[in-house]
Amino acid sequence: MKEDLMRLKEKTLEILSKSDNIDELNELRVKILGKKGELTQILRDMAKLTPEERPIIGKLANEVKADLEQKISEKMQQLRKTLKENKMRQEFIDVTIPTKVSLGSRHPLTLIMDEIRDIFIGLGYQVAEGPEIELDYYNFEALNTPPDHPARDVQDTFYITDEILLRTQTSPVQIRTMEKQQPPLKIIAPGRVFRSDAVDATHSPMFHQVEGLAIGEGFTMGDLKGTLVAFTHEMFGHDRKSRFRPHFFPFTEPSAEMDISCIACHGKGCRVCSYTGWLEILGCGMVHPNVLCNVGHDPEKINGFAFGMGVERIAMLKYGINDLRLFYENDLRFLKQF
Amino acid sequence: MLVPISWLKEFVDINEEPEELSKRLTMSGSNVEGIEHWGTDIKNIVIGEIQKVQKHPDADKLVIVYVNTGAETIQIVTGATNIKAGDKVPVALHGSTITGGKKIRTSKLRGIESAGMLCSAEELGLDDHGLPKEMQDGILILPEDAPLGMDIKDYLNLEDAVIDFEITPNRPDCLSIIGIARETAATFKSNFRIPEINLKEEAEDCVKDNVKISIEAEDLCNRYVARLVKDIVIEPSPLWMQRRLQTCGIRSINNIVDITNYVMLEVGQPLHAFDYDKVEGRSIIVRRGKASEKIETLDGNIREINENTLLIADDKKPLGIAGVMGGADSEITSSTKCVLIESANFFGPNIRRTSKQLGLRSESSMRFEKGIDPNICLQAANRACELIEQLGAGKVLKGYIDVFPGKTAPKEIPFNPDKINSVLGTDISTNEMVDILNRLEITVNSTADGMKAIAPTFRSDLVEEADIIEEIGRMYGYDRLPITLPTGNVTHGKLSDHQKYINEIKDVLVYNGYSEIYTYSFISPKVFDSINAPQNSPLRQAITLLNPLGEEHSIMRTTLMPNILDVISFNLNHKVEELRFFEIGAAYLPKKLPLEELPYENRRIAIGLCDDLMDFYDLKRVIETLFRKLRIKDYNFLQEQHFAFHTSRCAKIVLGNYVIGFAGEINPDVLENYEISKRVYVAELDLDIILSNTSGKIDFEPLPKFPTSDRDLAIVVNEKVLVGDVINTIKESAGNLLERVELFDIYQGDQIAKGHKSMAFSLVFRAEDRTLTDAEVNEIIEKIKKHLQDKFNATLRE
Repeated sequence: MKEDLMRLKEKTLEILSKSDNIDELNELRVKILGKKGELTQILRDMAKLTPEERPIIGKLANEVKADLEQKISEKMQQLRKTLKENKMRQEFIDVTIPTKVSLGSRHPLTLIMDEIRDIFIGLGYQVAEGPEIELDYYNFEALNTPPDHPARDVQDTFYITDEILLRTQTSPVQIRTMEKQQPPLKIIAPGRVFRSDAVDATHSPMFHQVEGLAIGEGFTMGDLKGTLVAFTHEMFGHDRKSRFRPHFFPFTEPSAEMDISCIACHGKGCRVCSYTGWLEILGCGMVHPNVLCNVGHDPEKINGFAFGMGVERIAMLKYGINDLRLFYENDLRFLKQF
Repeated sequence: MLVPISWLKEFVDINEEPEELSKRLTMSGSNVEGIEHWGTDIKNIVIGEIQKVQKHPDADKLVIVYVNTGAETIQIVTGATNIKAGDKVPVALHGSTITGGKKIRTSKLRGIESAGMLCSAEELGLDDHGLPKEMQDGILILPEDAPLGMDIKDYLNLEDAVIDFEITPNRPDCLSIIGIARETAATFKSNFRIPEINLKEEAEDCVKDNVKISIEAEDLCNRYVARLVKDIVIEPSPLWMQRRLQTCGIRSINNIVDITNYVMLEVGQPLHAFDYDKVEGRSIIVRRGKASEKIETLDGNIREINENTLLIADDKKPLGIAGVMGGADSEITSSTKCVLIESANFFGPNIRRTSKQLGLRSESSMRFEKGIDPNICLQAANRACELIEQLGAGKVLKGYIDVFPGKTAPKEIPFNPDKINSVLGTDISTNEMVDILNRLEITVNSTADGMKAIAPTFRSDLVEEADIIEEIGRMYGYDRLPITLPTGNVTHGKLSDHQKYINEIKDVLVYNGYSEIYTYSFISPKVFDSINAPQNSPLRQAITLLNPLGEEHSIMRTTLMPNILDVISFNLNHKVEELRFFEIGAAYLPKKLPLEELPYENRRIAIGLCDDLMDFYDLKRVIETLFRKLRIKDYNFLQEQHFAFHTSRCAKIVLGNYVIGFAGEINPDVLENYEISKRVYVAELDLDIILSNTSGKIDFEPLPKFPTSDRDLAIVVNEKVLVGDVINTIKESAGNLLERVELFDIYQGDQIAKGHKSMAFSLVFRAEDRTLTDAEVNEIIEKIKKHLQDKFNATLRE
């Protein structure tokens, strides 16, 4: 019997070494080690053995069985692995083939307005809106700019009727918001504005502004400076220097313009900054008492500050765009860069 | 406002370099837009005296000139014809440079050595407009008393820095050298003075006996000062005056006109000089115009007058349009013998309206409309007469006439130093505040009621405490104010829901390959024809601008479609393809025309697509993706006819009870109008309705506990039957056990009868509370089949 077992083992190992088919191995396992397999057949004659031989042969049979089980398993495992590897080898793909990316872009003016908006949201501001076709009252009168005020000359206005016009600034949103909401109030108002300027590299009859307003109790001009310095640091970098120059706006007093050190030359003086080292970036000031009175506030109790900036100008400075017309031509090769 | 530093120094003591001056003045409120350095290119040109002029032996058109330059006598060859022995002339010596940096060297002209060049006015960088013709064509002849050998730059003050100030509308007083000098003195804490005017009044007679002034329109004329000058000699003004005017951007005309301009620049008061012999009835009347009146102005145009035009007139006729421009008839000419100098103060808003209506802006109107202090009229008239006497241009009559109905007094403005510090965020002492105000010629009175600032009348911009705060702030220095952040007022910064949704919409479109465009809100009325809009289309009810830049930007858009078609056309013309665009912006819908109240600004989304590999369904997919993102479910695309679209490829999009827009392939006629030769797909949607139907609310549904039962259903129907209608019928028939139905195949061709098509749907059924039995589902399927047969004459495919 011992010889039978060893013969079975050798025969099986022989088949095993030649086979490279998983199904064949499965069959082999059943044929040799299965319940009705050849090993079982051999062991059927155990009864004929002497009591001394039985444990020895039994042990040997178990060893052979275990050994064959393991060898078949190993071989099967190896075959499966080879199979997977072959499959993957056949499934070669060329990863260098470029794909067609389908991604559009936000308009650069949107990007700038979003950036401004996000900075001011962080400073506790909400985003207010108002109509683009506006009443003379909101665009001028309520902003301390009565008819025949010389400041109206600076802003050549498109009129629809004597009383209705295309807003020349986003400042009327200040008034509309103050009429509806009580202080403390901090808003920005981004939007389209219109002035009767012929189109060229730096002018457009339609452009965009972001207006800001903060009113409450006890605001100072230092607060205005601090707010705008925080803004320019976020927007243009923390190493950006800034300065405030006295200026005039009908709806703020005191008024100022804010310059930042030139983005192109960092203040040394170049063509971009007309060799001054400074770039004018926004207008601002403490809200004029008349404006506060116009919306029913007592300027002795309530005060605040306002500011306004041109979005196109900031976009041009920030992205190095030299022709304003590009924003409204919408050449896809331009838009896709943002 | 151009300010030559040499002129400024007549009124204020300063030694700073122009750059430092500009920097400090900018920071105290007079913004400098630029500095121009004049005369720096002129070098080594001296005053010489011609001793002898000799014929050139070999050239008819040249002469040899011997010139004493003070140091030596040199020989110069020139082609000039306006020179003679004894003339003082500018001599460019060997090695000198004339204007533009051109170098002059000793050279030979037709064999004769020339050791330099005699200069014309132009070669010295002077404006020769006011010079006699022979000097314009030839050499500049200097006055006899010009010092021999002196550098011409020193003699004519050629080297000067001119600062260009941006004057804000609230500071008309700074539209003058004196105004800027005041600011300079206040900024640098230096000495400011106006030299005293001394008049000789050489004429025998008195103004009062020779002219009568009456102001009829007292509301439009605050003051009228007149002086008379006789024995006028009209000639070019002296070179120094011409030079000053030139550097300030004003052309020299003749001595009298130049003097009026000079005084306007210096004092800020526009003057006008009339040829007094043309004034009929020796009478000046300031009155409103009459509807039928006309006047020829100095520029040669005939101007129509109306009752809002303020005129300077005599007994018979208008002499000039007050504050804007004089009349041609009483203009100063070479034969003028007697001049009336007008120094008046007119009501700014009226001048502004007149100048706007006539389309005529002058240096004079520009100053009047911003408001001038009436108290400087007499000073200006006297200064002009002083200059006339200095220049020997005429004899000034004794006295002046001054009609002054609109007297203004200095304004008292109460202020509180604590308030000033609280607004500026500073701790400035009251003494320092008073010192700053005094430097600005604002006096301060401390009374029992508090402090009062008394603003000089030339500072019409100072009205209330806020203005005083600004004066103190700017002179103290904005750069010295603290940098703080607001405290105490807690506000919450965030976007509104609608603002968030718009952000999400942009995200969806961008991530689906669409690029955002910005187009003008105003369009041409012609675009309605371009998009095939019928004559009675409501789109044509557009708001018209009164003063558009041109027809192409003359009405406010009522649709976004034309602009997006323009953008597609523009890109195709530039050979840019695979176009996917969107715009979010307003259409302006009037409630009534002409406009009586603000229109409805209807925010829209326009989407445009032009790509050979894409079609209507790509457009529809992105719209449905948008709706999915915004959790909008209750919408339908319905087949529709629309003038701008392909007759069989257009959908109307319905949301609840609203039509919220259209989507489709653009009509080939419209494409031709836009010169587009590819298929274009456009959608325009009402963003306002979309936003009002959007809710950020998420209703969580528990995951299902029971399995689905899935069936396929294939039918053959007439090719005209729409999938949407079939799906609706399936849903209606199936009831609420149908979880979803999806089209997975649509087929037309072999095996299907002509004029028919096959549609295959997968249906998924599920109950919330149990596993559905086959019998239950079969019953529903039978019901669906029956309805499809009844409604669409559908045959079933197995």
